[in-house]
Formats: sequence, C-alpha cells, structure tokens
Amino acid sequence: MLLSRGLLKRHSVLPGFDLALGFALLYISLIVLIPLSAAFLKTFTMTWSAFWDAVSSPRVVASYRLTFGASFAAAALNAVFGLIVAWVLVRYEFPFKRLIDALVDLPFALPTAVAGIALTAIYAENGWIGQWLPFKVSFTPVGVFVALVFIGVPFVVRTVQPVLEDVNRELEEAAATLGASRWQTFAKVILPIVLPALLTGFALAFARALGEYGSVIFIAGNMPMISEITPLLIITKLEQYDYAGATAIAVVMLVISFVLLLIINSLQTWARKRQGGV
Amino acid sequence: MNTLVLPTPDQAAGAGRAAVRQSATTEAPWVRRLLIGLALAFLTLFLFVPLVAVFFEAFKKGWDVYLAAIVEPDARSAIALTLLAAAISVPMNLVFGISAAWAIAKFDFRGKNLLLTLIDLPFSVSPVIAGLIYVLVFGLQGWFGGWLQEHDLKVIFAVPGIVLATVFVTFPFVARELIPLMQAQGVEQEEAARVLGASGWQMFWRVTLPNVKWALLYGVILCNARAMGEFGAVSVVSGHIRGQTNTMPLHIEILYNEYQFAAAFAVASLLALLALVTLGLKYVVEQRVKGQKRAVGDRSE
Repeated sequence: MLLSRGLLKRHSVLPGFDLALGFALLYISLIVLIPLSAAFLKTFTMTWSAFWDAVSSPRVVASYRLTFGASFAAAALNAVFGLIVAWVLVRYEFPFKRLIDALVDLPFALPTAVAGIALTAIYAENGWIGQWLPFKVSFTPVGVFVALVFIGVPFVVRTVQPVLEDVNRELEEAAATLGASRWQTFAKVILPIVLPALLTGFALAFARALGEYGSVIFIAGNMPMISEITPLLIITKLEQYDYAGATAIAVVMLVISFVLLLIINSLQTWARKRQGGV
Repeated sequence: MNTLVLPTPDQAAGAGRAAVRQSATTEAPWVRRLLIGLALAFLTLFLFVPLVAVFFEAFKKGWDVYLAAIVEPDARSAIALTLLAAAISVPMNLVFGISAAWAIAKFDFRGKNLLLTLIDLPFSVSPVIAGLIYVLVFGLQGWFGGWLQEHDLKVIFAVPGIVLATVFVTFPFVARELIPLMQAQGVEQEEAARVLGASGWQMFWRVTLPNVKWALLYGVILCNARAMGEFGAVSVVSGHIRGQTNTMPLHIEILYNEYQFAAAFAVASLLALLALVTLGLKYVVEQRVKGQKRAVGDRSE
C-alpha cells in the first residue's frame, strides 16, 4: 500500500500496482543494482593513486586505444553499410529479400563464441576470405575490427529501417517537382529524417562493441599492447587475483557505458520528436 | 542535370502521368543494382560466410567425428547445464518482465523514466563486468564469501553463479518487448473487465495476457537465445570445471583452444542451429506483433 500512496500520480481502478512494482524493484535491486554497486564500493577501498595506477598503466591504456578505436571504426562501417542495407530492404525488390531481412538479426541470435571461432577460421591466412586478402586479419587488431563489425550489424539496420519505411513519399515527390535531383532529395530530404535513427544505431553498435568479449578473443590473438581488448584485461587481472585492479578498470568502462546510455536515450528522444514532426 | 527522370520505354507504355511520378522518386537502375550489390556483399562477408563456415567446419571430418563430439560425456553435461541455466533464468525474467510492464504501462507514477532506464542497464554493461560484479558479491573475497564458505555453499565457480550471470545478461528482453505494446494498448479493456466484476487475476489471465501473448513469446525467444549463448559473463563465474561448470559456449572454447577444431565446430553448429530456429520463430512472431500493433494503432485513431 505504501508504494501506491507514495508514488502514484492518480488513483487507478486497476489492481496489482504494489505487487508488480514491489516485485520489479526488489528483483532489479537484487540482480542489478546491488551487484553493480559492489563494483563501485570495491574501488572506494582503493587509494586514489592505486586506482589511477590500475587504470592508466601503459598496457591498460593500449587496450583502451584498441577497444575504442576498433569499436568506433566498426560502428562507422556499420553506419554506412547499415544505411545501405536498410535502404535496399525498404525500397527495392530482389530474390530472397525476406530471408536476407530475417538473417540480419543473426548476430543477436548467434552466440558470440560461435561467431568468434567461425570468423577466426574464415579470416585466417588460409581461410575462405583470409587467403584472398593482402594483409593478415586473424590474430591482429584488424581481426578485432572484423568481429566488432559482425556483432554491430543489426543495430543500424534495425533502427533506420522503420524510419525509412515511414518516410512520406510525398516529400520526395515535392522535392522532385521543385527540381531536386535524386541525390539532392536523398541528401536534403531523406537523410535529415533518418539522421537521428542513424546516430542512435551507431551509438548502440559502438556501446555494444566496447563491452564485447566472446567474438573478439578468438580472432584477436590477444597480444599485450597490440591486440588485447579491455574486457580481456579485466579477466586477466581476475585470474591473477588482482580483484581491485580488475574492478578499477571495470568501473572506468561502466562510467563510459552509463554516459553512452544517456547519450543514446537523448538521441532516441530526438528521433521520436523528429519523426513526430514529419 | 536532368532532374525529372525521363520515363523508360516500358514505363511510358504504361499509364503516362503515374509512371513519370513514380520514376521521380526511384533511382536509376544502375544505382539500384549497385546498392543491392553493396548490401549483399557486406552481409555475405560478415554474416553469411561465417554462418556457412560453422556447418562446413563441423562436418569437415565426417559424420562420425561430428556425432562423437556431441555425445561425449563432457559435451552432454555442457548441453545439460546450458539447458538448466536457460530453464531457470528465462522464467525468472519472464515474471519480472510482466510485473515491470504491468506497473510501467498501466499506471502513472513518479520515477517511471528512471525505472525504464534501469531496466535497460544490463544491455550497456559488458558481459565480463556482469560476471565480475557477482564475483565481488559472492566470491571468496567478496561480501558474502566468508559466510558462504562457512555454510559450505558455492555460488562462484558453481551452477548458481552461472544462473545469476545468465539472469543478469538476459534481464531486459521480456520487459522491453512488453512495455511499448502494453502502453499502446492502454487501460480501457482492463478497466472494463474490472467494472464487469472480474477479479484481478481473472482480468490478467483473460484480458491482459491474451492481448500481449505474441510480444511475450517474442521476448522469451530472444531471452532464451541469449541465455543459451552467453559467453563472457558465464566465463568469469564458471571456473571452467569440465563436466561440472562448463556450458556449451565454454565447452566450445576449451575444444578450440585444444585444437580440436572439428569437435568445437560440431558443438558450435548446435548453437548455430538454435540461432536459426530462433530467427525463424522470431520472424513468425514478429509478423503477428506487427499486425497487433497496427490493430492497436487503428483503434486509437
């Protein structure tokens, strides 16, 4: 009864508010909030200089550079090709379109470890794709990039696709009647409409890539300073029983994730407003 | 540049005005073909080839090796543990998803947006960190480590830890599918049921649940796929004890690191098959949910 009296803005005839919200809050606290707070509390037991040393040693900094660089590049590639894939799926007809549309979600459904070993095999020097490439992919930073592209594919496609479906064709007709070329119509009419969704998809793919572990560790080669991602470093520290060091790096990653979450939320609000306005 | 694209002969042969208007909002055939080609090349390189490779590598050494890799005791116990973890975590998150969606979609209360953000939180946490936080709480040096050891209980490097990590990473799936649909459906039907004398549970079973059943199934399918495939979080809390705390993805890693590639891909092919079944079910259910959302949209207009 306390919850409904304290929180409800208006009385409702529907039952179950206290039970439902009470259970949801209890569950979210036990599963998510209390364990997450453990990470922050653990770092409070460290001195500031110990914390700083743990998160800024050269090996850790090298892992940030790789993780952020590869994630950004993978999300950028996904933004470009995700837009093309979404466009093609919405606007054109071609054989097996529905099957291909359904398979875009494969990275959501395929376990990351499976994706990891498959990508490693085909991008290895003697692999199906690797043998045709002039440079090494598996066991180099490029491999990290390839794995992060794989896991990011659905994000841009699935955020842009519904917006493209809703684009009012009359706007394009109007642009054409006013003398715009097809490219001008795309750049000045369609792109501004899908831009918020495109950025949201980019940010989602980027955020997902930062934390990715399973698909990357098989293909990366995991050489310290060269192809070692930050999540792997957390596990390495844990295996050496350096709990404080592992947690310090984890807290840095968590804070970055939370900031990204806020950015994504405001992007989505922007996207909704933009869509509502058109 | 010629801005109003001239009708192609077959378009001109069709109805005059309509054909011209149509062609003004489509691209030249070569652009169309180029874009389709680029999209397919990208998806082939990054999605389709890896998928085919899993099955190809799994059967490379023949059916016997494949079968042997799947029925050997360690693989069987990994499969059993994976099924167990999913069988516990999916229903837990289902119950949570329904309660959270009921409170959020049907009532107006303070702090609702905060709660919505919190529900999404596990998606933005790295799986490795998801494992780490449970080590900090239940591990030997953790908050409850001493107490657990005194009572001879094990969470980390044991099955409960694996279940907890799985619950964490699959936490938002059901809630996320239900909340938007239930918000769109509004409260009128439930209110009508109450006015007509239905009890709370009658209203829930006969009105609310049938209204959201497809979205619910959709959330469960996604939740299950992730639960069975989770690697990073489970890897941290598992301890990798063969035959005891290895799930299928972890078993794949061990086989792969021992250079038993055919066996690793054989077990991987089972998970890839699960992924394909998931996508198939997802497609079917998605069509239903879309239909339902459209129906809701029509009614509210």
